[in-house]
Amino acid sequence: MEQILANGLYLGAQYALIALGLTLIFSLMNVLNFAHGQMYVFGGFVTYTVVAQWGLPFVVGLVASALILAVMGALIEVFLFRPVIRKSKRDESTMLLAAGIAFFLDAAILLLFGEKQRGVPKIVNGVFNWDFRLIMPYDRILIFVLAIALIVGFIALMQYSKTGRAMRALAQDRMAAQLMGVDVDRYSMIGFALGAMLAGLVGGLLVTITGINLGMGGPTSIKAFLMIMIGGAGVISGAIAGGFILGMMESVGLTVLAVYGDITYLVIFASLMVFLAFRPQGLMGKPWG
Amino acid sequence: MNKQILGILAFLLGVFVLVPVLIAASGRWDLYYTLTSVALLAIGSAGVWLTFYIGRINIGQGAYALMGGYVSAVLMTQAGVSFWATIPLAGLFCAATSVAIGLPILRLRGVYFAMITLVLTEVTRLTALALPFTNGAKGITSIPLPGALEVFGITVIPSFATMANPKLGFYLLAATLMVLTYAALWRIVNSRLGHLCRSLQQNEELAASIGVNTAYLRVLAYAISSFFGGLAGAVFVAISQSIYPSSFAVADSVNFMLYCFVGGLGFVGGPMLGTFLLYFGWDLLSFAKQYQLLVYSSAMIALMLVLPNGVLSLFDRKGDGK
Repeated sequence: MEQILANGLYLGAQYALIALGLTLIFSLMNVLNFAHGQMYVFGGFVTYTVVAQWGLPFVVGLVASALILAVMGALIEVFLFRPVIRKSKRDESTMLLAAGIAFFLDAAILLLFGEKQRGVPKIVNGVFNWDFRLIMPYDRILIFVLAIALIVGFIALMQYSKTGRAMRALAQDRMAAQLMGVDVDRYSMIGFALGAMLAGLVGGLLVTITGINLGMGGPTSIKAFLMIMIGGAGVISGAIAGGFILGMMESVGLTVLAVYGDITYLVIFASLMVFLAFRPQGLMGKPWG
Repeated sequence: MNKQILGILAFLLGVFVLVPVLIAASGRWDLYYTLTSVALLAIGSAGVWLTFYIGRINIGQGAYALMGGYVSAVLMTQAGVSFWATIPLAGLFCAATSVAIGLPILRLRGVYFAMITLVLTEVTRLTALALPFTNGAKGITSIPLPGALEVFGITVIPSFATMANPKLGFYLLAATLMVLTYAALWRIVNSRLGHLCRSLQQNEELAASIGVNTAYLRVLAYAISSFFGGLAGAVFVAISQSIYPSSFAVADSVNFMLYCFVGGLGFVGGPMLGTFLLYFGWDLLSFAKQYQLLVYSSAMIALMLVLPNGVLSLFDRKGDGK
């Protein structure tokens, strides 16, 4: 039982980080970033290149992933989303754009990094073993701690910095924020960059454990969507809650339902449907209208 | 009005006479497969378009195409039902399922609905992997070609196995279904139901407040949409004679949505044109080899930057694409 809970927490921390980036972009610009999973894969490959191929320390790889993805996010916002949002008649047009970017990134990853599964050597060796009740490799614990630190850092940034305040204002009411003198364009760009950076960071963290391959982008996006549905879109606390809940459900489900075959996600989806019937906006989301 | 009828006649002539004649003349038989796929995907996109019409972004059509495909495949191989009977059965099964799924999820809006339908696609794939009678990842293969269709002892459609050119047969079948689908869609849009759907698209609360039964309409539109998805899936299975859980995946669901976007959401013909452009464009780009996806996605992004309201908005002189 301890093992299941620990696995759930570990998964949840990663998931929460992915969902945070997605929900940040969504709350600021009302854009559903289909390319989020691809950004995550891209970040993983950047870390792989820096660490495994150039032989630099892991931290450098992580920083490189964060920087490259942040720049990519900023460029995507400025040159792609901004003009389309301005010109299109319906909000949904951005979804086509986001899907196009997802395909584009898939193609770019294939050309730049190839289609093979990649991983980097373990950064810490050894396994934490508590009486065979709880077994956890040290590198997983390290990644877990880093993920939690990142989440805390992100919350602190949103809560206490000027940038964070501006972004929260933007999420609440774009028009009002603009009237109060918030530079909407600038903070949209920063927000998108930050969201993309988080995706890249998770990719960089996970490449040490699960490795990374081209096909992981789509399923990751889908899991991120699930978390956002659970927690409520556009709410920071919701994304974190959703991430941990999904991680826990996956961990418990894989153990308890193993005898019935691979139906964990079916059960999660069915329970999500029941949940949404009672609470369409998710746990912490704002009801609309 | 006359112009419109002429246009429709020209379209029908093109689809049923011109295309086969041209293909016979040029000897490019492989084009039949491409065109058949376009026709079938256009049926699926017609459904997605209808959900757009009530103001919902549907990225779950792949789920219903897969479901329809499996219903048809299982009925044909395990229950021995004729292919022709499985087409409507697959559609009805999908429609019934979509009512059960739609009742809770159609309360969601905008991006929320989009996300859950996308998740639905993935869950359907996983279900197909897990169910006992779908044969897991190996899928159902060697499905027989459609037999003869007889009505009161008169053979309406000969058996595909005896046909000299089953490719042509499949093309005509898919094209006929597509024409019927779009005729139905056009009829729906220009009926009382269509007007009600438009009121949902513009403002659901307002529509509800003047007495439109929004919950019923939403589910109805979604069920019709899924019916089309099931149709497309069932015929696809007959053509490829096999179905796997990965036959329709998330990428296909996204593609269905993209076809609608590219064609334009304000026009009944939009999804058809979008399907044609994107699918054909993808095929034509195969000369680019490993850069195919790169070029394709770049073209899509560029298209979005230039024409964010769909290709058909070029012809929309009044300037309101709704």
